[in-house]
Amino acid sequence: MKASAFAYARATSVSNALELLAAHGDRAKVLSGGQSLMPAMNLRLISPELIVDIGELAELRGIAVTGDRVRIGALTRHVDLARSSEIAAHAPLLAEAIAHVAHPAIRNRGTLGGSLAHADPASELPACMLALNATVIVRGQTGERRIAAQDFFTGIYETALSPEELLVAVELPVSLKSSAHFFHEFARRHGDYAILGLAAQAIVNADTFADLRLAFFAVGDRPVLAKAARKLVGGALTSAAIVDACTALSEELDPHDDQQASASMRRHLAKVLLVRCVAALLDRPDLDAGGST
Amino acid sequence: MTAHVQISLEVNGERIDAHVPPRLNLADFLREHLSLTGTHVGCEHGVCGACTVRVNGDIVRSCLMLAVQTQDASVETIEGLSDSGEIADLQAAFRDRNALQCGFCTPGMLMAAQDLLKLEAEPDRDRIREHLSGNYCRCTGYQAIIDAIETTARARKERTS
Repeated sequence: MKASAFAYARATSVSNALELLAAHGDRAKVLSGGQSLMPAMNLRLISPELIVDIGELAELRGIAVTGDRVRIGALTRHVDLARSSEIAAHAPLLAEAIAHVAHPAIRNRGTLGGSLAHADPASELPACMLALNATVIVRGQTGERRIAAQDFFTGIYETALSPEELLVAVELPVSLKSSAHFFHEFARRHGDYAILGLAAQAIVNADTFADLRLAFFAVGDRPVLAKAARKLVGGALTSAAIVDACTALSEELDPHDDQQASASMRRHLAKVLLVRCVAALLDRPDLDAGGST
Repeated sequence: MTAHVQISLEVNGERIDAHVPPRLNLADFLREHLSLTGTHVGCEHGVCGACTVRVNGDIVRSCLMLAVQTQDASVETIEGLSDSGEIADLQAAFRDRNALQCGFCTPGMLMAAQDLLKLEAEPDRDRIREHLSGNYCRCTGYQAIIDAIETTARARKERTS
């Protein structure tokens, strides 16, 4: 189908975009890469009255490392993240995850800010933001808000962003030398919507976890930072500790049923990924000896 | 409110000025306004890859881009790549290997394949599959398409070495 008719404004600056959003509120939609917005409009799932195109705002593009923070502009495309030496060095989880986001032609247009603001619960990047403990920076006419990634995603396609605000950047702490990451998703075909996935970031101290952040996606209405990870931090890891963590994970998750998988299948796959992740991060294949739990 | 917008862009090396409604996507602009019907429209939501074109050198879905977003851009379609001879060898390999039947997906396949061959001199079959993962073909079962691209990659490498 074709999108229904709308008015179009090409924003000339961030403040110009904010003026337009303030004037039109939720009747307006921000267009960045358009790789989620355009399908939704073509399918007539949404019919905004006004499109505010921020595509020309060069100030929202680019990756900068200052001290122990990496700042990524909202308009930075997936392909830019994939090719960036800064991302490969300081946020390798993101570099690995990006290869799973759709297909090359989509990654050439899709942007980080667009993906986060769209907040599809099956998408990879919101979960990566949780795993990496990112801060989402949004701007409105009255100033800037910094929102922890964990508080940013509030439901299916819902975020803490108000219709008058613009997502301008995210900030990540740079990965430490002792950091390790894990990423895996189950999908019918490479680039398809995930049936279930896990983005994880850890600090490994000898053969224990000093920190472990497990962000599951496609497990409900938003990405979930699993509290069960706490059971794995600190002490030496035994098979019993992992079984314990899997039980806690199963209780904590409230996955959905859909045409791709049942809730119980998702619970099972989440446990499989938890075990694989721990075994891979600690280089302990023995922990994953059973293949699954 | 939904007033037409003036745009100026380059299509296959030719300067184009047009007056377009904002809702018009790039695929329809190319087909309906410029009669460049080699760009095909399949799913219209970014899944099938039949509408793949190049914008500023990058392959994109022309159904997921508005014509108004191409202001000052350089757009290349299958007609451009075909007429310039850039993909003549790839097209010949598709023909030789029976890598097309109905031909609906072929322009998008050629666009995606040429993009990969520009990025990598000798991609293996897995890389080729991955790069084409966003392009549907309902006739060939893909094997012949992968064959044609692999053959072209090898032939190009031999020519340059």
